[in-house]
Amino acid sequence: MKKKALAALLTATMMTGMLAGCGSNASTEGDGKVLNIYCWNEEFKSRLTDHYADYVEVDATTGTIGDVTVKWNITPSDDNAYQNNLDEVLLKQESAAADDKIDIFLVEADYALKYVDTDYTMSILDLGITEEDIADKYKYTQDIVTDSEGVLKGLTWQACPCALFYNRDIALEVFGTEEPEEVQEYVKDWDTFMETADTLKEAGYNITSTVNDTYRVYSNNVTSKWVVDGKVNIDDNIMNWVDDSKELADAGETGTSELWSDDWSKGVYPEGKVFCYLGPAWLVNFSMAADTVGSVGNSGRWGATEGPQGFFWGGTWICAATGTDNEELIKDIMLTLTCDTDTMIDIVKDDDDFVNNKPAMEEMAVDTSYQSAVLGGQNPLSIYCAGAEKIDLSNLSAYDQGCNEEFQNAMKNYFEGNATKEEAIGLFYTAIVEKYPELVTE
Amino acid sequence: MKAAKKGKVVQYNKWGYIFLIPFMLVFVVFQLIPLVSTFYNSLFENYRSGLTQIGPTFVGLSNFKTILSNPDLWTYASNTMIMWVMGFVPQIIVSLLLGAWFSNTRLRLKGQRFFKTVIYLPNLIMASAFAMLFFTLFSDSGPVNSILIQLGILTEPYKFLSNVWSTRSLVAFMNFLMWFGNTTILLMAGMMGIDTSLFEAAEVDGATSTQVFFKITLPLLRPILIYVMITSLVGGLQMFDVPQILTNGTGEPMRSSMTLIMYLNKHLYSKNYGMAGALSVILFIITGILSMLVYKLSDNKARR
Repeated sequence: MKKKALAALLTATMMTGMLAGCGSNASTEGDGKVLNIYCWNEEFKSRLTDHYADYVEVDATTGTIGDVTVKWNITPSDDNAYQNNLDEVLLKQESAAADDKIDIFLVEADYALKYVDTDYTMSILDLGITEEDIADKYKYTQDIVTDSEGVLKGLTWQACPCALFYNRDIALEVFGTEEPEEVQEYVKDWDTFMETADTLKEAGYNITSTVNDTYRVYSNNVTSKWVVDGKVNIDDNIMNWVDDSKELADAGETGTSELWSDDWSKGVYPEGKVFCYLGPAWLVNFSMAADTVGSVGNSGRWGATEGPQGFFWGGTWICAATGTDNEELIKDIMLTLTCDTDTMIDIVKDDDDFVNNKPAMEEMAVDTSYQSAVLGGQNPLSIYCAGAEKIDLSNLSAYDQGCNEEFQNAMKNYFEGNATKEEAIGLFYTAIVEKYPELVTE
Repeated sequence: MKAAKKGKVVQYNKWGYIFLIPFMLVFVVFQLIPLVSTFYNSLFENYRSGLTQIGPTFVGLSNFKTILSNPDLWTYASNTMIMWVMGFVPQIIVSLLLGAWFSNTRLRLKGQRFFKTVIYLPNLIMASAFAMLFFTLFSDSGPVNSILIQLGILTEPYKFLSNVWSTRSLVAFMNFLMWFGNTTILLMAGMMGIDTSLFEAAEVDGATSTQVFFKITLPLLRPILIYVMITSLVGGLQMFDVPQILTNGTGEPMRSSMTLIMYLNKHLYSKNYGMAGALSVILFIITGILSMLVYKLSDNKARR
């Protein structure tokens, strides 16, 4: 009898516990226990670890913020794996259990519109972030994540305006100066750039490592979109890239290798005989072998100048997925990482990022104590600041990633003499229709 | 009495079928169902644009029409065949030679086991890793170019992967390296199955080793040769990993090294199951016809 009573008591206790559990779950709707973050590398994680005070790392793929568990779902973006994975999960978002729903996912500029221009991403204003909070941001960083109805749907802590990084030793030898302002005169516009290429060739140097180095400069300064009314459209400025690059490649003043290949990166060493690379702060800081003894960056022999035209490259945007149960937390993470001036200045100092905060960056641009070792002590921020203002991204489309990739691949055949310009363009059309069957070409 | 005998026979038959069950199960689940569903899928318009799913809408045979009316398909088909032949011809010659040497009782080669393992080794490396290795070796500023320049053979780097025939040759060479070990072992097994008294008799009659090879070994090896031929043909038509990795999926230059399966893979970027399905079905039919052809041709010769 006693035993039975005890059993009943235990059962009752257990049941109450369970019911209470249910109750508390129901009452705290909109405040989930799991924050699922989808991204392609460790960058955002390290920013969160270093600059978001409440974040505690548990292991490589989990962490906690207060009593919320943070789950990292990191898929590399090689071969489109990140997007393939994200697509599958997003499409099942509605039917997924609350703790399995995506809360935050990151996007890159090249394909941001694919996600932003759908109902799968939340409006930033709906999260409770106000216009004032984001007033200091560079306009281009918002253009990228604004959907076709003008709704802002993502935020970023970075801005990636680009500069032209030239090898100071080569500049000194060929032009007799290594001062950024004076070197700028030799690369101030495309005509001068082409003439300079000839001068450099005579001295035995290539102006750029590969034709693809300048691609983004041209493609950021287009006057029409890649796709107009469902039809593929090649902008005049893109064709300028083709013509200029063909001239450079035929004259042997640049190569035709792909970005990131060994052939491309040989110019980060003096033996590579490459005059300049074009890119943002992260390129010269992290991707040009600055840690390797003997590289140009290691000896601080790069110089930064504005180059022919302003452009941007890269950047990571934070988007909130529709259906998330952690709105408050997402709002706080976004505010802290992308709007809080103190945190952002820390990011500049700790991580060498160029942050998305106009007043803060302009202040640091005139600060002589901020120096870049890779650039021989130059403070490049004023160049980036000037670049960031000039970027105009009114001509983005959701097809940009595919179009840019396939266009460069196809044109390589023309540059290397394996096809005529028309054949190469034909190949581009073939490839683009394979990728996006709904598009038509001429 | 008669009835009992009959019963016994039936029972033996039953075991035959029972032993076939595992194979049939695996075949149905992993081969037949995918095959039928591929054909079914090929009749639909079904792809994804960004995050928007389009279809599936039944469109009859229009996917087949689109693919077959595309002249590029025949280019990709001939690319595939060219690269297969370029790899297969040296592969079969070297394999026959090695097989003959290894199985020759008079030569009694030393360290046979060692060499058999070594020639099989390339097949154990993942094709993608192997292709990556070659990509690095033969890149414009890669070690091969450096060596050739230092030896004074070249004055400036040869762009191996920007020229049609060097790219195709590299693909063929890699396929050759990867598969000649496998073929050697198959052919050697075939050769060792040939009655040694035939060789001895030929020797007594004063036949040269060339004569022995062409008059005895080759004719008796025919069934194995046909098998090797057909499996290699089917494998060759499905060539994908090596050229895909070597050319970074582009089949450059100007898609001259793009194989049929690489073309199929292009349709999977947009999850275009309709087109990819139609292409698979066409490939299945081509493979079937070619295999049949090889089989018939060599069969006729045997009868003659």
